[in-house]
Amino acid sequence: MTELWHEIFYGSLPFLRYAFIVGLLASVAFGIIGTFVVTRRITSLAGAIAHCVLGGIGAAMFFRVEYRLNWCQPLFGAIVAAVIAALVIGFVSLYARQREDTIIGAIWAIGMATGLLFLARTPGEVDLHSYLFGNILLIAQEDIYVTLILDAVIILPAILLFNNILGVCFDSDFSELRGVRVKLIYFVILIMTALTIVLMVNIVGIIMVIAMLTLPAAVAGQFTRRLWSMMLWSVILSVLFTSSGLMLSYKIEMPSGPTIVVIAGVCYLGALIYRKVQSLRIK
Amino acid sequence: MKKNNIIEIRDLDFSYENNLPVLEKVNLTFRELESACIVGPNGGGKSTLLYLLLGLLKPVRGRITVFGGTPAEARRYIGYMPQYIHLDHEFPVCVSEVVMMGRLRRGFWGRYSRQDRAAAQEAMAEMAVEHLARRPFADLSGGQRQRVLIARALTCNPKLLLLGEPTANIDPGMQEQFYETLYRLNQRMSILTVSHDLGFVSNRIDSVICVNRTVQVHPTNELNGNLITDIYGYDVSLIRHDYRCDHPGEHGHD
Repeated sequence: MTELWHEIFYGSLPFLRYAFIVGLLASVAFGIIGTFVVTRRITSLAGAIAHCVLGGIGAAMFFRVEYRLNWCQPLFGAIVAAVIAALVIGFVSLYARQREDTIIGAIWAIGMATGLLFLARTPGEVDLHSYLFGNILLIAQEDIYVTLILDAVIILPAILLFNNILGVCFDSDFSELRGVRVKLIYFVILIMTALTIVLMVNIVGIIMVIAMLTLPAAVAGQFTRRLWSMMLWSVILSVLFTSSGLMLSYKIEMPSGPTIVVIAGVCYLGALIYRKVQSLRIK
Repeated sequence: MKKNNIIEIRDLDFSYENNLPVLEKVNLTFRELESACIVGPNGGGKSTLLYLLLGLLKPVRGRITVFGGTPAEARRYIGYMPQYIHLDHEFPVCVSEVVMMGRLRRGFWGRYSRQDRAAAQEAMAEMAVEHLARRPFADLSGGQRQRVLIARALTCNPKLLLLGEPTANIDPGMQEQFYETLYRLNQRMSILTVSHDLGFVSNRIDSVICVNRTVQVHPTNELNGNLITDIYGYDVSLIRHDYRCDHPGEHGHD
């Protein structure tokens, strides 16, 4: 164990160190936003945003190569696509109640398809696999700063707007009657979710974003009875899942994204079973 | 003293996007410090009427005035209690946090002041849920949740209390107690409640607003079996609450 620790922090593999630090920092956003996603029940919306990110990445890479726009980095495309997707999906879920799931499904697929088309037209080798399933080898030193900035952008509104967000998540009709700008708060939650998803893409990949967003919060939700403690425990669990997943994947030479998700998933199932057994025992 | 009309509805029609009429030609007035129970079959338009009064839905035709203004303007005078089955039963929130939501307001940050906390404390005392303040909302019984949600509505300092199906899932013993509480609150505010079961209209309530696409208002003492069959379109069992078995010289249930 100490050997592994040493390897991570002093070893010859800087990417492992960066991945570890980015994982720790990003976990703060994962836990807080995951709690909103789980309690507000917008998992499918988050999934659709995640898949639209590929559209942004594809477009950014295409324009960068084809038109030599050097500033047009995949990360930039990912952020733009995630925020646009969050806005569109927000409008759909507010104003198209009856066909909501159909439209969300369509956006999910169209976002992904657009990305694949752009990538198909992008000259040169494109590592699609890394974006879909995550690749910690892609994490560089500057990602630490990007993660820090996004963390700040995500966490500040969550703290400052806590009471409003709690009200909107628990009972949005009532909050609206009290004059809270329910729709604005809803969009703030969706945009924070979108930015969190961008952070997750490198670590677990687009396909598994939903798992990383919901599983820590779902485990925490089994044992906590207040929103803030659910957030706190989701952050702690996110840290545990990502760091143990990274270490284990390195040790057993398996891809990191799936390893993290399997650890989180097993813990979730364990938590469910534990709760079930406990409730039977009380009866 | 002449009591002012706080709700006036004139020739209101409402339908959802499918254009099937939900409410037709509704006329209704409701005065200060009155109490009324909105009853009618499921799908008859009770909740729709409530949402129209709150300004969450807009009438297709006709006019609603609440406290002399539009329903949206009148919201700050209204304490609303939703049907709690519409709320997430597992939501991680404690009782005092729920009650504090009555003090949410416009303004971006939504911080609570000392007065807000005091108002919540007072409302919890009024509804006898102070001792539950730290308890998770999810762990409460139906009756306790209902009292907490009324406490939340009271922290808004309402002139009108709007209660959505407050008697659902409450055992009969609690219902009696609940109506005592409403009677007490009615001394200082108007109360409109929605109920799906007519059996539970107490004689302490001034009138019954029957909603089944059209709206008719009856003083409580006019209610009888024929009228109820008319309202619902079929026989329902009627239990009268204005008889007390323990009073000498009076009959039991008829």
